[in-house]
Amino acid sequence: MSTERMQPETVEFDVRTDEMLINMGPQHPSTHGVLRLVLRTDGEVVNEVTPHIGYLHRCAEKIGENLTPRQFLPYTDRLDYLAGISMNLGWALTVEKLLGHKVSEKTRHLRVIVAELSRIASHLVAAGCYGLDLGSFTPFMWTFREREKILDLYEDLCGARLTCSYITVGGVTADVPDGWLKKCEEFLTQFEPVIDDLHALLTNNAIFIQRTAGIGVMSKATALDYGCTGPVLRGSGVDWDLRRDGEPIYTEMYDGYTWRVIAAPEGKYPDDHPYPPVPPETILGDSWHRYFVRMLEVVQSMDLVRQGIEKYSMAAGDVDEPIPLKKKLPKGEAYLETEAPKGQMGFGIVSDGSPVPWRVRVKSSSFCNLSVTPELCQGVLVADIPAIIGSLDLVLGEIDR
Amino acid sequence: MIPQAIYEKLLHPFRPWLLAQDFAAIDPWIEVRADGLPEICRVLRDDPDLAFDMLNCITAVDYFEPDEKKAAAAEWQPHLELQYHLTSTVHRHRIVLKSRLARWQNNEIGQLPEAPSVSSVWSTAEWHEREVFDLMGVLFVGHRDLRRILCPEDWAGHPLRKDYQMPVEYHGIQAR
Repeated sequence: MSTERMQPETVEFDVRTDEMLINMGPQHPSTHGVLRLVLRTDGEVVNEVTPHIGYLHRCAEKIGENLTPRQFLPYTDRLDYLAGISMNLGWALTVEKLLGHKVSEKTRHLRVIVAELSRIASHLVAAGCYGLDLGSFTPFMWTFREREKILDLYEDLCGARLTCSYITVGGVTADVPDGWLKKCEEFLTQFEPVIDDLHALLTNNAIFIQRTAGIGVMSKATALDYGCTGPVLRGSGVDWDLRRDGEPIYTEMYDGYTWRVIAAPEGKYPDDHPYPPVPPETILGDSWHRYFVRMLEVVQSMDLVRQGIEKYSMAAGDVDEPIPLKKKLPKGEAYLETEAPKGQMGFGIVSDGSPVPWRVRVKSSSFCNLSVTPELCQGVLVADIPAIIGSLDLVLGEIDR
Repeated sequence: MIPQAIYEKLLHPFRPWLLAQDFAAIDPWIEVRADGLPEICRVLRDDPDLAFDMLNCITAVDYFEPDEKKAAAAEWQPHLELQYHLTSTVHRHRIVLKSRLARWQNNEIGQLPEAPSVSSVWSTAEWHEREVFDLMGVLFVGHRDLRRILCPEDWAGHPLRKDYQMPVEYHGIQAR
């Protein structure tokens, strides 16, 4: 089968079509939650896409104005519920930034371990669901099988699987149980060969490449202009990752770790991974690249977890206890973005000196990543819409807040 | 570039528009007059030494205390504050722009205050300004499609305002 794609204009030569409005969602399975898209189509070609959001809106920011930071923490789990721990981390660090609080070495390494595990879990869901969006069921089952093991690890750690609230302001809720680190290592060992299977199922799959290569191409400039972050930004070849480029309170967490940002500024990824080469039909910034960046980040995160386990075992002392539930906050403002799996998740806090913040701000990464869709989806085929939306890896709990 | 240098770079063309600054704050900020926002932002983005190519977030804070006793003790007069968090991926520096607005235009309750839109500078602002309009009630002049984004289009009021009252019912649904 030829891998050359026909241009939408030539697909429908000679066929007279009328303009039509199609409502996609809010319960369409490929929209990853309650996202509603209104498509203005002309035959198979989409001329305009208008996203409508807010179906999951809970006004998390208003809730935050009525609770102390530690009481608000469980609400952050419900933002990006596929990577709850990364949300906890963002909020905890923001409040710690306001407090000027530094955590111990041991806490820092433990945070790296659980945060990177949540990145793996989130990227696995992204890859699996992306396969499902494009009509392939197996990757979904296989990635969810592996993700389940991470959720089991979380359950051992804190009793919850999705809404962990494990990282809290000032530290973590409790130290790891006996033997947990060993289980964690065992998981990584058995997970490693599975990644090859996933690459065989999707990355190198001719159908997958046809459906994603050259679809939804986003230039560096567009990605930055719309504030896209995370794998969406790096998939466009921008070498930017807050774990390296963020504010000191966040980057300090990764001090002493060896790793590098997964991006291909010149269209070429680092050669030190054993995974398939980039297919020639892909274009930097297309859906395939966004997917591939996530897959490489999974491997990167596994390595970070391994390093974290080693460093955690060597660190002396105890992990930190959380701050008092109703601790008075200093007067001031702090805003911090962290590199959550889906992009830069920002939390802000304005305090008037009482234990309850005056204003809480939650800036969602998926919100910005979604805002680019009207631009990306112009002139594509209807069938390409799920391919583009899926490649952005949205989670509506975070967009609607 | 350190915040001081960023400020000095802006000082020459925009001196009358720069109202206050604090470089010792946790997040260093510069307060500007709202009517100068688009021009200042354009310079922040286009000047090669500044190159703020990423707008992280637009947010607004409502300084208003409904309780009269507490309001008398407050250090501020009621107002709204817009905050723009900017990052340069080129130079890796950050700055916060702030701008004060009246809570109501011309002090007429119900008249939303206006601020110029920066969506022509960064497209990120398009959705963020819609969000601020929706939740905080600021009209962004020059925005091409300013409508509610998170709340339903026929929702009444702006929920993040401190004097916001939840409607009693919405389309037959009891809301409080």
